[in-house]
Amino acid sequence: MEAYREIILILAATIRVATPLVLAAIAGLFSERSGVIDLGLEGKMLAAAFASAAVAAATGSAWLGLGAGVAASLALALVIAFACVTHRGNQVVAAMAVNIIVAGLAPALALAWFDQGGQTPQLDGPGQRFLGIAWPWAQAARRHPVPGLAYAELLSGHNLIVYFAAALVPASAWVLYRTRFGLRLRAVGENPLAVDTAGISVNLLRYQASIISGILCGVAGTYISTAASAGFVRDMTAGKGYLALAALIFGKWRPYPTLAACLLFAFADAGAARLQGVPLPGIGVVPVQLIIALPYILTVLLLAGFVGEAVAPKAIGVPYTKEK
Amino acid sequence: MKPADKLPRWAEFGLLPAINLCAALLISGAVIRLIGESPWAAFKLMAAGAFGAQDSIGYTLFYATDFVFTGLAVAVAFHAGLFNIGGEGQAYVGGLGVGLVCLAFGSCSPWLVIPLAIASGCAFGAAWAFVPGWLQARRGSHIVITTIMANFIASALMTYLLVNVLIKPGQQSPETREFGPGAAMPPVHELLARIGISFAPSPFNMASLLALVACALVWAFLWRTRWGYALRVVGQNPQAAVYAGISPERTIMVAMTISGGLAGCLAVNELMGSQHRILLDFPGGAGFVGIAVALMGRNHPVGILAASLLFGALYQGGSQLSFDMPHVNRDMVILIQGLVILFCGALENVFRAPLAALLRPRAARPSP
Repeated sequence: MEAYREIILILAATIRVATPLVLAAIAGLFSERSGVIDLGLEGKMLAAAFASAAVAAATGSAWLGLGAGVAASLALALVIAFACVTHRGNQVVAAMAVNIIVAGLAPALALAWFDQGGQTPQLDGPGQRFLGIAWPWAQAARRHPVPGLAYAELLSGHNLIVYFAAALVPASAWVLYRTRFGLRLRAVGENPLAVDTAGISVNLLRYQASIISGILCGVAGTYISTAASAGFVRDMTAGKGYLALAALIFGKWRPYPTLAACLLFAFADAGAARLQGVPLPGIGVVPVQLIIALPYILTVLLLAGFVGEAVAPKAIGVPYTKEK
Repeated sequence: MKPADKLPRWAEFGLLPAINLCAALLISGAVIRLIGESPWAAFKLMAAGAFGAQDSIGYTLFYATDFVFTGLAVAVAFHAGLFNIGGEGQAYVGGLGVGLVCLAFGSCSPWLVIPLAIASGCAFGAAWAFVPGWLQARRGSHIVITTIMANFIASALMTYLLVNVLIKPGQQSPETREFGPGAAMPPVHELLARIGISFAPSPFNMASLLALVACALVWAFLWRTRWGYALRVVGQNPQAAVYAGISPERTIMVAMTISGGLAGCLAVNELMGSQHRILLDFPGGAGFVGIAVALMGRNHPVGILAASLLFGALYQGGSQLSFDMPHVNRDMVILIQGLVILFCGALENVFRAPLAALLRPRAARPSP
């Protein structure tokens, strides 16, 4: 029974850790499927984390915070698109630039506006955060651990953004594989010339994909600062954007496998936090750093073709020059 | 870049980077104004903080040395058409190479320890970069992604080693014990004192000489050797390289190995020149500054030297800024760094095309 409790709690933590990864990875999926490398996930999320926490602290409304977070992330997505799509700049350079700009700008503004050493104030007022929603009878169900605890911890008790992320995956799969927009998006990442020949604007599609990515990263960043924690602190995305990118590659740029990769990485993270120093049967104590590095090692092995094969969209990273 | 957008050399290496820098400074100035401070006063304070006193000049040159190494690392890879974002991790692992030698032989003569430590730092950094290079060349893995992943793996590896293996016994913070006396890079102020010139103490040390030598070697390698030629051909046109009998695969691995070795040298400056122990996250983002430095210096050693001095001054000036302006600190420098990357790298076409049109000789202009 104790092991069952432990597993349920690890799984519940997995869901919480996976949420921003899923949002960011799906954001990257749209962008990369259109042929634009999305290394800027980290910066867009960090900007959203700061903007949402700052606005939530100032106005007392988590929803206004969400709006600000999405707006900030969207603005950066448009900067990257302007540089890479309109001016055909280097996509990796543009994204790294944005990541570094945000790493400097967010704490600088936080320091100036709130005077708390580069943080935003604690969000502890009513309505300032996205809090868990208890489903009916969740409290009562705890008394019967099987399956009550699973119901109370896994289905109930999460905040709105978690459920949004859960719904996002089937929705994106539907958009990508069942709609005209999705077909064009996939085509433009594989063969932009063909799309252009069919009279469809390559640049417009890539802008649309960047906008979707910006919005979703905004939601992910808002989750990090106003749902998973109570306020913005320096560098709080802590590489989650790159981890999401790894999950996207590990999921071979497809929605459901990407979700699975996010859950796997989040499970490793949640497990590592709870199993620190606990010897595993047959393995012994696994260094926590190894578990932290595991997603990155797996992704490198995958990219190297040692575990399966990851085939990126063909036109990824190549700016499209319309023939005059 | 279209051939029509080719600029004369002075504009390519001087005017265009200057315009890009001005654009970056203009936006950071607007942010400082937004915060409620005077941008002019802030930049003046930064200049004074970077060059106003002997010790601040020393610090500026010390930081600049870091950036020369990481900037050269990015540039060498870039000439081969590779974007090495892994300078941070390569420098970190290079620190392991430097540190192990310094810990083991710290009590020997500096004449033995210093060359050995430099070689070891280069070798460790090179090995860490060789892996992504090999994966790119032989398995087709995207170098940008693998070098990013390698940064995180390096960080986890070094944390593990520092927390569990190399930590000084009986100590809380994850650092090694201090290196022996033979493992210190001689500080410049001590050398100057020996010939009777007094200079305020700072971490500015002889690793800066190594940085200058590295600049010269990189220049000679890229533009005066057969291997450097091969490397640049692969960067410009891998297909042409194949027809010229150059193996792109081998060249990619060579370029990454050299790149990682250069990044590893950062540890010589940081650890042997200043910290005298291995500590957590000692590269402190210098690997990423290297990207800005290489882009602004147009991947040329002379340009990189100049851009490194600029960023050294920004880092030193930025850390002095918060004494006088409590609401502005070094984060502003990170912002400037990001903006420089944006304007020099991603948005370079925005200024290049109009500038090229403006500077084109009248005769060559297309008649209307």
